[in-house]
Amino acid sequence: MRGNRPTRGSERKADTVSQSAVQPTPASPTPEGGHLLEVRDLHVEFRTGEGVAKVINGVSYHLDAGETLAVLGESGSGKSVTAQAIMGILDTPPAMIRSGQIRYQGRDLLTQSEEQRRQVRGTEIAMIFQDALSALNPTFPVGWQIGETLRQRAGMSRGDARRRAIELMELVKIPAAASRLGDYPHQFSGGMRQRVMIAMALALNPKVLIADEPTTALDVTVQAQIMDLLADLRRDLRMAMILITHDLGVVAGVADRIAVMYAGRIVEHADVRSLYRSPAHPYTKGLLESIPRLDFHGQQLSTIRGLPPNLMRIPSGCPFHPRCPYVQQVCVDVVPHDLVLGDGRTSACHFAQEVRDDRAR
Amino acid sequence: MTAPASQPKKVRGEPILAVENLVKHFPITRGVVFQRQIGAVRAVDGVSFDLRRGETLGIVGESGCGKSTLARLLMRLEMPTSGAATLEGRDLFAARGGELRRLRRNMQMVLQDPYTSLNPRMTVGDIIGEPFEIHPEAAPKGSRQRRVQELLDMVGLSPEHINRYPHQFSGGQRQRIGIARALALRPEVLVCDEPVSALDVSIQAQVINLLEQLQDELGLSYIFIAHDLSVVRHICDRVAVMYLGRIVELGTEEEIYQRATHPYTQALLSAVPVPDPEQRDNQNMIRLIGDVPSPANPPSGCRFRTRCWKAQDVCATQDPDTVPRAADPHPSACHFAELREPTSPS
Repeated sequence: MRGNRPTRGSERKADTVSQSAVQPTPASPTPEGGHLLEVRDLHVEFRTGEGVAKVINGVSYHLDAGETLAVLGESGSGKSVTAQAIMGILDTPPAMIRSGQIRYQGRDLLTQSEEQRRQVRGTEIAMIFQDALSALNPTFPVGWQIGETLRQRAGMSRGDARRRAIELMELVKIPAAASRLGDYPHQFSGGMRQRVMIAMALALNPKVLIADEPTTALDVTVQAQIMDLLADLRRDLRMAMILITHDLGVVAGVADRIAVMYAGRIVEHADVRSLYRSPAHPYTKGLLESIPRLDFHGQQLSTIRGLPPNLMRIPSGCPFHPRCPYVQQVCVDVVPHDLVLGDGRTSACHFAQEVRDDRAR
Repeated sequence: MTAPASQPKKVRGEPILAVENLVKHFPITRGVVFQRQIGAVRAVDGVSFDLRRGETLGIVGESGCGKSTLARLLMRLEMPTSGAATLEGRDLFAARGGELRRLRRNMQMVLQDPYTSLNPRMTVGDIIGEPFEIHPEAAPKGSRQRRVQELLDMVGLSPEHINRYPHQFSGGQRQRIGIARALALRPEVLVCDEPVSALDVSIQAQVINLLEQLQDELGLSYIFIAHDLSVVRHICDRVAVMYLGRIVELGTEEEIYQRATHPYTQALLSAVPVPDPEQRDNQNMIRLIGDVPSPANPPSGCRFRTRCWKAQDVCATQDPDTVPRAADPHPSACHFAELREPTSPS
């Protein structure tokens, strides 16, 4: 899904200004001590034939320069939709942003014009997708596709774009980059295609990289290579990163903080170690316990009972209450607020402290 | 042909399915009218193993290693280029007509994607009951509805859902429908091709528990194909590791996960993402370089040598057999098979 491809004519003149952004720049300090990127109380709905699906119900998170935030959740939890809203590539309709703010360097992106947002997309915030094969155009060589961004957005000549494309392909460790410039996406393996996508995303030196399930379609040995590459790039280019995933194992080594999503809300927010050692939301706890472990051959996996909610009929009170082992009457009646637990941890559970201490025993 | 008159004894642990040197090459052709064969994709290239009654044999490997082709061969959806397989002593690939139908009754498949493997225009009752159309002797006409409801109950769905359509179910529930369909003919062997990889973690655990519970109740034998090594360890008794059409290592769950001797298995295990941050710090990861070579043009000698850090000249000339090695008595296809030092520097 690449939505809203810029048209050529208007791009050319608009982007001569951002040419300087092509040179590597150190992570700029965020103005007035605020966050580099901040999502505030975002609400997104999808209008469908059967009714209104409330996909995002008050998501707030923030990202500072050079930091990595992992967003963990199962399908339908809203983790990708939030990212698409940040990028401004949500298809509207059927999607509709009801309320909220997405602030980048202090400015609210949602109030900006499409032209202004295009300045941010790619140069400030870039995104890579899960399925590199469908995100790349099968009818053009990869060198041309990487160069397209540079020609259109940075106003580079064809020769310069070509040289920079080789540099980028070397940066993402594609072997024999110069000779592979003319190859088509189908001639690359899955891991190499994902590297091409990363090279395209890095073309304009973004300060934030959003990676939506970057390794889900890859085998474990290749997955490890890509996660290493992302960790290296983050360090060398001092980028901030949002890693969207359903697999805690994949991000545990890279992420500074983790936000766990369920039914369009962030239910828990913590650093990786605390989250793993003492989850403070019953959903996180159930999720961790239901992962089969490599060092363990057991008989029965613990499960989360029931199914994720239908987003057109989200349960009253806490949306997790029908599946929760800690459920009380208050959970059915009252929507829990984010309970602050210290050390930057929050949990949207009425019994967050009990859940956390339960695990610590 | 004289069929044995006595009922075959169903002893747990005896081989129910034996596969001997199975090979499947897909031709690569050039030309439209006069198609010349210019090469072959060696999808499965000499695979042998036994499946014992009541056990779960895991088959793991990366994409392109031939594990799904192997499943299709065992279901006789493809005919092998060479090799043999017997199910309860009967030749799987020589069977025709009625005999083949009887063989197929005994071996059924659960597919990966519960969204595309169920016909959206059929009700759940029709989907699960369809095997009875092909094998009418399995359930008399009058009792079919009751049998379908039993099956729904067995896989943890409500028997009242018999008239619903697949789109009314979630992914995990659809996979339960797929399992019910596979169980309809009371098979003894179930080939599960990535049965949980399309499901979310919390749902995945439910389906794994269901498969284990059904195995205990019905005495099923599973071939469990997956790429997720943690899931395989959880459910399998024995594990075969495949690389480029070959089994490179075969052993019990403990032999593979604790005492692997093949470098590929060791690398595969070390690359599994560990969610526990503390364990992760001690994790001693082997970084493999590059990608799996094309199965149309596999490397000479040992197929893993192009990515192996132990490779020497002998690896390029001599193809190692999957035989017991000095380091540990389970079969491993490496000239330099040895146990991995727990604290070796990477």
